[in-house]
Amino acid sequence: MSAGASAVAEADNSAGLRRDQLRERLALFGLCSPALLIVLVILVIPVGWLFYLSFLGADGSFSLENYARMVQRKSYLRIFETTFVVSIATTAICILIGYPFAYFLSQLPRRAANLCLITVLLPFWTSLLVRTYAWLVLLQKRGLINEWAIDLGLWEEPLKFVHNMTGTLIGMVHIMLPFLVLPLYSSMSAIDRNLMKAAANLGASPSRAFWTTFFPLSLPGLFAGSLIVFVLCLGFFVTPAVLGGGRVIMVSMKIASNIELFVNWGAASALGVVLLAMTAAILWLAARFLKLEQLGGGH
Amino acid sequence: MRNWLARPASETQVSHGQRLWLYLLSGLIMIWLVAPTLIVVPMSFSDSQYLEFPPQHWSTRWYQHYFGSEEWMSATATSLSAAFLTMLLATPLGVLAAYGLHAARLPAGRLVFALLITPMMVPLILIAIGAFYVYVKLQILYTLFGVVLAHSLLALPLVLIVTAAGLKSYDMNQEMAARSLGASRARAFLTVTLPQIRFSVITAALLAFLTSFDEVVVAMFISGGDNSTLTRNMFNALRDQIDPTIASISTIMILITSALMVLAQVFGKQRENP
Repeated sequence: MSAGASAVAEADNSAGLRRDQLRERLALFGLCSPALLIVLVILVIPVGWLFYLSFLGADGSFSLENYARMVQRKSYLRIFETTFVVSIATTAICILIGYPFAYFLSQLPRRAANLCLITVLLPFWTSLLVRTYAWLVLLQKRGLINEWAIDLGLWEEPLKFVHNMTGTLIGMVHIMLPFLVLPLYSSMSAIDRNLMKAAANLGASPSRAFWTTFFPLSLPGLFAGSLIVFVLCLGFFVTPAVLGGGRVIMVSMKIASNIELFVNWGAASALGVVLLAMTAAILWLAARFLKLEQLGGGH
Repeated sequence: MRNWLARPASETQVSHGQRLWLYLLSGLIMIWLVAPTLIVVPMSFSDSQYLEFPPQHWSTRWYQHYFGSEEWMSATATSLSAAFLTMLLATPLGVLAAYGLHAARLPAGRLVFALLITPMMVPLILIAIGAFYVYVKLQILYTLFGVVLAHSLLALPLVLIVTAAGLKSYDMNQEMAARSLGASRARAFLTVTLPQIRFSVITAALLAFLTSFDEVVVAMFISGGDNSTLTRNMFNALRDQIDPTIASISTIMILITSALMVLAQVFGKQRENP
């Protein structure tokens, strides 16, 4: 065979190989299709349909009335206000107690830290419903906290901790704290400790070394954790529904009651679209600080 | 003790004594995190109508009530079968998707990955009412199949993420070697790759089981009648009254969850040091 012919054959061959490879990659890609099908049928299509419904008025024609109602009616405005107040307060309390706690964990030797981390992971694994129930038991009028406090003489009449904002916040912070502490701890323990030594060596006081060296380096973890907590709070349902006792109504609860009690799909969908838009905006922000996989944080 | 207090605790020579507030605060936080859940356990063995701690008389009456109630037993059976079937459906689908994305290395892979993990980020209530609507149309509302499908959607992201992490530390050239020796792609995957990522897959399967077993919001909308899940019934019971039976169910749930999570941790650890 001449040299020219063999070069042609080789070119043919490599083109064929490339074609084969592409075909194989597409076939491999096809392995995703059953999973994609589920996401499509149970998530994408229904949410798209809710989006469509939210723009239908009571008479079935295109209208913005479902969105207009949210701005006009006081009751809807109050629901958004409650949702934001609960979410911001929960996030703030989580930061306030989570930051020192994560710092404490990051300063421990690894073995001790792992041991202490169990106290974060144990509630993280326990069913949300069980934990909400536990708080209900502890905080109710004849609950443990009231009975003990009255026995000890701390206060005389049982205080109302539950079926109001206080109970909701206690329960929410308890459930959200691990979502803040875990990313924060992992970002804190990645900080090079020699930096603190260097800062001290250069004459910084301990608090100055902390605020100018350690704190800025821990910010990405803090920011990511707070955003996760905030986003989870926005859509939260179980804890406010049980511990709020009907006095703390958040967007997700209004969506549920719109469907269950009033069968008003338009109103529920519009609220859902707004909730989804807020969630997406915050996640987009968070994605700039974190890898996508870490965002869910879930169980 | 005094020596320990004066000893430096940090790189900046802050002593343990100066950090005492931090230790106290952290200790309180740790108790606060764990205590509420654990307190439910002794309470479930109380003899009283009311929830008291510590119980004055011990008994297993609330467990007897739970195991004797047809409604609770049926809900438990539904939850366990839904969780088991979700594990059987979500695990292979998630593993296939993770493997496909990993091996194909197409630019669109990142997009598909993002799409597949969206169920984790969309507020649950939206998934719940969306599924409710679709299920009415498909006439699978209040069926076990419907619950399994919706819970598989929720479990998929976890399976995908855990398996993808396992594949990342796996050397795909081993599969190439198997195929150059004549194994088909499927055979190479099943006999070479899968055994090596098995710990990730087992962890993923356990997480899928738990996702379904613990899920409340979606189950509230799409499970019902004979196919009500345990969590749905618990949630409804919590709204009405505080029945000590719930404490016994909670205790059983804590047991199941922690056992599975400990297993998942054990398998997760093995992945790290093969």
